Amino acid sequence: MYDLIIIGAGPAGITASVYAARKRMGLLVITRDIGGQTAWSGDIENYTGYQFITGSELAAKFEEHMRKYNIPVKENEEATEVKKVGNIIFVKTDKSEYQAKSVIIASGKKSRELGVPGEKEFKNRGLTYCATCDGPLFSAKDVAVIGGGNSALDATIQLMKIAKRIYVINNTSLLYGDSIMRDEVSKSKIVTVLNNSRVTAILGDKFVQGIKIERDKKEETLAVQGVFVEIGLIPNSDLAKGIEKNERGEIKINSHNETDIAGVFAAGDVTDVAEKQIIIAAGEGAKACLEAFRYLIQHKF
Amino acid sequence: MDKQVKIYSTPACPYCIRAKQFLKDSNIQFEDTDVSSNQQAAEEMIQKSGQMGVPVLDIDGEIIVGFDKERIKQALGL
Repeated sequence: MYDLIIIGAGPAGITASVYAARKRMGLLVITRDIGGQTAWSGDIENYTGYQFITGSELAAKFEEHMRKYNIPVKENEEATEVKKVGNIIFVKTDKSEYQAKSVIIASGKKSRELGVPGEKEFKNRGLTYCATCDGPLFSAKDVAVIGGGNSALDATIQLMKIAKRIYVINNTSLLYGDSIMRDEVSKSKIVTVLNNSRVTAILGDKFVQGIKIERDKKEETLAVQGVFVEIGLIPNSDLAKGIEKNERGEIKINSHNETDIAGVFAAGDVTDVAEKQIIIAAGEGAKACLEAFRYLIQHKF
Repeated sequence: MDKQVKIYSTPACPYCIRAKQFLKDSNIQFEDTDVSSNQQAAEEMIQKSGQMGVPVLDIDGEIIVGFDKERIKQALGL
């Protein structure tokens, strides 16, 4: 049985693991990937100590720091359930099951999905959640960006240099991202913004060929080869089945990173912490580890 | 005999960066093709893998989509 299992290896999980290793706790990290959302971030200019660093570079620095302590990491493994029976916390994954005296959930957030027919079938066949990664494959093609906030505008601006024509499908009456980005998008001759519009299906054969949208209560079909889904993030909190969450699905914690189950702590973007920032997630990870350490000292198992 | 390893990538995708780092750390020689600046290579990648996500690895004709460390290790005999 482990003293501590940390779920997730973004800034929160990795910082917690470094603190735990330095306290020589019997430790295991279970994670789907390394770096979390940090790895997908563009330029970072607000992480103290680095005046400028890219997301992938900062994620590599985090990983290097974790590897220095030879921390056991189960990578490509997804925790599916955290359950406490007596004093033992069981962590079930898609591959195995583990037991620990304490757990830190630091599983972060993921892209929100549209939930429409065709989305799953055409993922990576024209539909993507990462404009930075996959955008360059749509050179001189017609594409649709779904969303109206900053991430949708950011994707649109990136695609303006690549695609032939861009439809922005926004379900509110106006785009709501930063005005500096809205101006840039509205100046482009290749961008068509469709407000009050909602995607109802992704169409295609082997690859995406179009989308069906509902605009002003009328259905329309747009011929596009690419669909970029940018409708925000949701917490990876499905694993926390019996743990209290807020209306957004974020795990509720107090100022000591405690959940409503003793011995189960949470940190970073998966929680209801007020701000979602890399540096805040890292700090929360450190706090959660120190609290778990204190918990283990106070409860002799 | 060293295996022929080719990776199709884009500059900003984190799994591409991780996959290339993994190959470097394992002392594997590989050819890196940036599909964002080479439309022909992009078509070739889509043809080979039947999908449009990066990275794609071609290890002696075995096509691996994404940074699937276990499959990459297996294909390389590591």
